Amino acid sequence: MSREIRHPEGPPGVPTTSNAPVVDAAVAAPLADSGAAVLGPKRKRNEVVYFALRNSKFLLGMVVLLLYVIIGIVGPRFTDHAPYEYVGPSNEAPGSEFWLGTTTFGQDVYTQVVLGLGSTFAVGLLGGGLATLLGMAIGFTAGYRGGWIDEVLSMLTNIVLTIPQLAALIIVAAYLQVRGVIIEGVLIGLFGWPWIARAIRAQTFTLRTREFVDLARLSGVGTAKIIRREIAPNMSSYLVLVLILSFGGAILTGAFLEFLGLGPTDAVTLGTMMNHAVSWSALQLGLWWWFVPPGLVITMIVSALYFMNVGLDEVFNPKLRKT
Amino acid sequence: MSLQVENLRVHYQTLDGRVKALDGATFSIEDGEIMGLAGESGCGKTTLGTSLIRLAPPMTYIEGKVVLDNTELPVWDDRAMRKFRYSEISVIPQYAMSAMNPTRKIGKMTAELLKARGIRYSDVEHEFKQRLELVGLSDDVLGMYPIELSGGMKQRAVMVLSTLLNPSLLVADEITSALDVSSQRAVAEMLTEFRDRGWVKSVIFITHDVSVLAQIADSIMIMYAGKLAEKAPTGSVISAPKHPYSKLLIESLPEMGVRHAERELAGIPGKPPGLLHPPEGCRFRDRCPIAFERCHEQPPFAEVAANHMSACWRAEEV
Amino acid sequence: MRRYFGRKLLLYGLTFFVAATIDWLIPRFMPGDPVRSMLARAPQRSPAAVEAMTNYYNALFGLDVPLWQQYLNFWGSLLQGDLGVSTWLPGQPVTDILVRRIPYSLAVLLPAVLLSWWAGNRFGAFAARKRWLDNTVLPIGYILRATPEMWLGILLVWILGIQLNIFPIAGAYAFSLSPNWTSPVFLRSVFLHWLLPFASLFIVMFGGWAIGMRNLIIYEFESDYSRYLQAIGAPQRLIRRYAFRNAVLPQITGLALQLGVIVAGAVVTEIVFAYPGLGLTIYQAIINNDYFLLQGAFLFIIVGVLVANFCIDIAYVLVDPRTRTGMQGGTA
Repeated sequence: MSREIRHPEGPPGVPTTSNAPVVDAAVAAPLADSGAAVLGPKRKRNEVVYFALRNSKFLLGMVVLLLYVIIGIVGPRFTDHAPYEYVGPSNEAPGSEFWLGTTTFGQDVYTQVVLGLGSTFAVGLLGGGLATLLGMAIGFTAGYRGGWIDEVLSMLTNIVLTIPQLAALIIVAAYLQVRGVIIEGVLIGLFGWPWIARAIRAQTFTLRTREFVDLARLSGVGTAKIIRREIAPNMSSYLVLVLILSFGGAILTGAFLEFLGLGPTDAVTLGTMMNHAVSWSALQLGLWWWFVPPGLVITMIVSALYFMNVGLDEVFNPKLRKT
Repeated sequence: MSLQVENLRVHYQTLDGRVKALDGATFSIEDGEIMGLAGESGCGKTTLGTSLIRLAPPMTYIEGKVVLDNTELPVWDDRAMRKFRYSEISVIPQYAMSAMNPTRKIGKMTAELLKARGIRYSDVEHEFKQRLELVGLSDDVLGMYPIELSGGMKQRAVMVLSTLLNPSLLVADEITSALDVSSQRAVAEMLTEFRDRGWVKSVIFITHDVSVLAQIADSIMIMYAGKLAEKAPTGSVISAPKHPYSKLLIESLPEMGVRHAERELAGIPGKPPGLLHPPEGCRFRDRCPIAFERCHEQPPFAEVAANHMSACWRAEEV
Repeated sequence: MRRYFGRKLLLYGLTFFVAATIDWLIPRFMPGDPVRSMLARAPQRSPAAVEAMTNYYNALFGLDVPLWQQYLNFWGSLLQGDLGVSTWLPGQPVTDILVRRIPYSLAVLLPAVLLSWWAGNRFGAFAARKRWLDNTVLPIGYILRATPEMWLGILLVWILGIQLNIFPIAGAYAFSLSPNWTSPVFLRSVFLHWLLPFASLFIVMFGGWAIGMRNLIIYEFESDYSRYLQAIGAPQRLIRRYAFRNAVLPQITGLALQLGVIVAGAVVTEIVFAYPGLGLTIYQAIINNDYFLLQGAFLFIIVGVLVANFCIDIAYVLVDPRTRTGMQGGTA
């Protein structure tokens, strides 16, 4: 299930700076800076970067995230084992040879973790990205067109929203005998867009009636162009926040799915590691190096993303900055 | 009652520094006086009004003395001020239309508010209903939620609520600004009625619209860029202002019956100085038609005629 | 208000219809033969038995009649409460299995959700008042919410169950005991087995509610009515009371939005603690390719979520006084 932070009327799971679900809060946040749009996009971007780099929460989250990205990229260089290969004595605690010890089958935990990290990132990006794209498309269209299109899309959104994401994923994934990282990401994205669509729709509604959109419409600019040129840039800050949360949520949902044994059949992932650990009595045997690192990594990455989100929220919405 | 304010300075603490929004206000108001407080946006009038009632961050008290009915008001101390609020000094805020809790019936909210202040609702209920009637609201209002009332009705309800305990001083902050002309008149007259019936002793009526003040205010105080420019009885300010800014302000008001062909509408060229680093001396000198060298020195807010204060070296010549 | 509930019921009806259809659709359009893979895991192995069962299940699945008829048959049996027969526990009707397991899930889930909601709200409102508490509560809350529930469960099992040996780590009650609701020994065992799964869910959800409430309360404190009350000298107590009452409203609707997350958390937690509820059943169904059981469980979850949604809708109408005047206050 996507555990995105609610912002403002946002995803189920984690709450955020302004939980008030009403549209005006949704507008007030990132659009508070739309006055800065007058300064021109370049100046506004620099302003954002300036404040972002000085926001402690954002920095902390960013650093931790980058750390794991680096580990994910560089980590595999330090091992020449395959994740499921039998390489050493089983149940061995972390030591100089096996940095994170070995599993019941004598597999190298370190290898599994660094490779799993990569898969987890892939699932998160793919799932989160797809959910964001879908949510954007549906939300924009519903918000901009209004009328019966809006009614239909909103009903669709509500239906998919009401169906628990993990349950739907289970039902679909259980029938696939062979699963890859890509399929996992795609499935997550396919079921994770409703909260995004709702929030974007709310934003679009308010933006739609603003003067510059009316101007563009009067001058005969086509709908798609209006969306791209007038509305989207004003929502860019909000979209960044959505993407971050979507990414985090996809990672968590992926972990859940994998823990249920419905993860990729051909790749190692952190959730699958936990599944194996529990299935093979790692708990009873006290093989903490097998089940602690995967969950720890996920927790740290998702926490980092949440921190980044809160920090960026403060950057985009000056009212939240502490003086 | 009377209000004496001495050298009140209130600044805003912002990320960029201190904005000197109210920089030394000294004036007094008599019993029963309705003083209009006028000026451009950002001149400090709302800061002045708000600081008398609640000085909350980012507003910072710098210095100054406020005396109401011979008692000093500890405006810098939020908690100490609590006992004065509502009973001695009250406010009709700018946001009056959204000032009531949306999930409470109006009658219930009033009862809870009074109870929290140690007053039994039953004691004032009759008076409350009578006053509501005077402003054109029926008893049913008490059983309704704010969302069921129109904007104007909500504002009137707040007007009655704010003055229920007969405060000595009422600060009315831009209460006519969001209304159409006929409603403006009605509300302004309501205020006068309140004063005439003794429900409030004196009023500070904050607005950017001088024409409303011309109708109901006894005296008008004009502010510019955080400092007081002029204070005098209404008639004097309108017909014979003694500060170049006031004069230009009055002149920029459109006059009934005069057509554009006969006389063009004049404005005041330029804009007010930023208050983060205000200029030395008189803050109006850059836009003033009669500025001279001495204007680099801040003119005192002094009495230039009977009951007529002005902060201008050349007040006589205006 | 009738319009409000009318819309809601329409939504729930449609959702159930769509969910059930997906439930029916998926096995028929997925690559591979579900019946064959189901039976690959079944206990019987002799070819004759396998063939008999294949025919039996094919008929049961209704795979021998045209698609549209299968669909109608599906709805027919569904409305009679017939969800098919399990292959993992051969012969037992799915409905019976699930009905037996559901109380355990509810026993852990309901208290965890309700208590964490209540306690989280109270704590969040309290944290909003004190700066220092605020600065520690917020980061901890976010980290808690970022924790995958199964990992927290794993940690609890390992530390409290195995290392410290305080709590049992599997089942709903000790394996040596048989259910006897009047026996204190049995009740104690049930309680000890219940505690950790409950705590696991509670801790993770608590953080989320606390942060949410804290943010909402701050938002209420900055609202016009709060400022007005402060300007006319109302004591903090009154303002806090109003702010809390108003902030609770979005938290109620928030509960509905989080149902999916809650379900996910409950499922994995049961797996970690081997707690015999709906979640563990799903896991066992997955491992054993028991598709009937899996589909049945899915429908159970859907119905449960819809019922919960409806209850929350009712609760909202009761709590927000504005809805009773016919006006829509807050979110629809």
